[in-house]
Amino acid sequence: MRKKYSFLSLIKNAFTNNENWQKMWESPEPKKGYDVIIVGGGGHGLGTAYYLAKHHGIKNIAVIEKGWLGSGNTGRNTTIIRSNYLWDESAYLYDHAVKLWENLSKDLNYNMMFSQRGVLNLAHNEHDIKEIKRRVSANRLNGLDTMWLDKNEVKDLVPIMNTENLRYPVLGAAYQPRGGVARHDAVAWGYAMRADELGVDIIQNCEVKGIKTDNYKVEGVETTKGFIKSSKIGVVASGHTSVLAATAGVRLPLQSRPLQALVSEPIKPVINTVVMSNAVHAYVSQSDKGELVIGAGTDGYNSFTQRGGYDVIEETVRAIVELYPIFGKMKMLRQWGGIVDICPDASPIISKCDVEGLYFNCGWGTGGFKATPGSANVFAHTIANDEPHKINAPFALSRFSDGRLIDEHGAAAVAH
Amino acid sequence: MILIKCPYCGERDQSEFTNGGEAHVIRPTNPKSLSDKDWGEYVFFRNNPKGIFYERWVHSHGCKKWFNAVRNTSTDQILKVYKVGDKRPDLSDFENTLKSPSGEPFVGSGNFAVKK
Ligand SMILES: Cc1cc2nc3c(=O)[nH]c(=O)nc-3n(C[C@H](O)[C@H](O)[C@H](O)COP(=O)(O)OP(=O)(O)OC[C@H]3O[C@@H](n4cnc5c(N)ncnc54)[C@H](O)[C@@H]3O)c2cc1C
Ligand SMILES: [Zn+2]
Repeated sequence: MRKKYSFLSLIKNAFTNNENWQKMWESPEPKKGYDVIIVGGGGHGLGTAYYLAKHHGIKNIAVIEKGWLGSGNTGRNTTIIRSNYLWDESAYLYDHAVKLWENLSKDLNYNMMFSQRGVLNLAHNEHDIKEIKRRVSANRLNGLDTMWLDKNEVKDLVPIMNTENLRYPVLGAAYQPRGGVARHDAVAWGYAMRADELGVDIIQNCEVKGIKTDNYKVEGVETTKGFIKSSKIGVVASGHTSVLAATAGVRLPLQSRPLQALVSEPIKPVINTVVMSNAVHAYVSQSDKGELVIGAGTDGYNSFTQRGGYDVIEETVRAIVELYPIFGKMKMLRQWGGIVDICPDASPIISKCDVEGLYFNCGWGTGGFKATPGSANVFAHTIANDEPHKINAPFALSRFSDGRLIDEHGAAAVAH
Repeated sequence: MILIKCPYCGERDQSEFTNGGEAHVIRPTNPKSLSDKDWGEYVFFRNNPKGIFYERWVHSHGCKKWFNAVRNTSTDQILKVYKVGDKRPDLSDFENTLKSPSGEPFVGSGNFAVKK
């Protein structure tokens, strides 16, 4: 590790107005060809390059990003991390990620600001209670730390919550203490910096126009900086993955939709955990700067406009104000949207396909940030060995013809 | 927020409508001879273009009738609205003036390769 970060380096750089920090990664011109090309410089793509170089000894790698690193959903999400998914396959995948998160700041010597402040999923009616208790039991059988809290225990954790005087009263919640939040940019930057040190070329402001194939074999990518050759291409482009797949003649079961978030003016600490509710469609946490971070839903139609409809945030804010009357007079500072790739069973696709050398890591939809290190780790394995890791084998494209769907709508459709 | 011109009621806010996904998806006529892969295609796979998209809408908070529309998904501009049963409009003469290869709009894009 060449670039070291410590308390001392923080102090030293504070004296020079933080203007002398070293460059974190180079920005080389693309070479003629690479052993592996990763399309998409979000957390999953950069992490994949890092693990390919670190664990699989592949050094001649490029990550190609059309904008700046983290300009996709990695830099636009509300950073909720948890692994309390219903099915075994998902529990293994998402908890693989949470375990890597727990050590990631150390592994990359870069502060991920991973804060395990716990995550609550509220129940507002009889059906919610049954569904959530079932999930809690499934989680516990998989060794996860999820538990059921009754209304009073919820109120103890979040005193500002209105549990009684609202249309859908709060009846209890699932709670995962190991869940929490992390710093979105740090994930992209940390992986980029360490991948760069291991010899990975990070190429920004270069758009992949199409994937070139010959007789069901990849040959390389056509980009705005010319053709780049490679016999292995991993596409990790979230909302744009199906657009890229189409250029190689591959169809994916994805639909792209805007998903929005908003943040408030900063206030003193009032909520020290993450609270989500499927039934009233609202979730909130408080950033280290003091802003409320609020996530809304997806628009009801496909779009790549990266804005989102106003009625969608209106619905979320209405629910937030009812749950937390104390927020009623706050001002919102910013709103934005990201294009998420929704999969029919609300689970990702980490898979090979009919084209040799072409790999996809997509379908994370509204909830893939939490999985970043785990997903990158198993995707690197898949590309290096041309075989899935046992954790991502169930997440193959073939599940949409053999019927082995991993339906996580209860755990992932609304909650992120 | 976009305005949609219902062929029966006229122009209304999008929040009055519900989207029904891709239009002109035809149920296989030979179900018995279909392979699992073909069934999977029919059930789970829909086009997801960045650009011209043929889709269904229902005016849920109005006349409750279904109709079809052609929309450019990179700008949300609605190019045509037509009734169910009408012929799929030909838009081959539509010129996509967007700059980027994958149809990135010039405004509101983080894509510097396009902005140049
Ligand atoms: C508002 C919002 C809130 C969310 N909240 C949460 C949450 O709380 N918890 C959670 O777990 N998940 C959340 N998510 C989902 C999460 O952000 C994503 O699943 C995850 O970040 C995806 O990471 P990625 O690296 O796969 O994709 P991205 O970060 O989107 O990276 C893909 C990259 O590919 C690039 N690209 C696209 N096309 C091309 C091309 N042709 N050539 C070159 N590059 C290209 C894009 O510019 C982009 O940088 C949220 C998403 C949004 C939008
Ligand atoms: Zn109408």
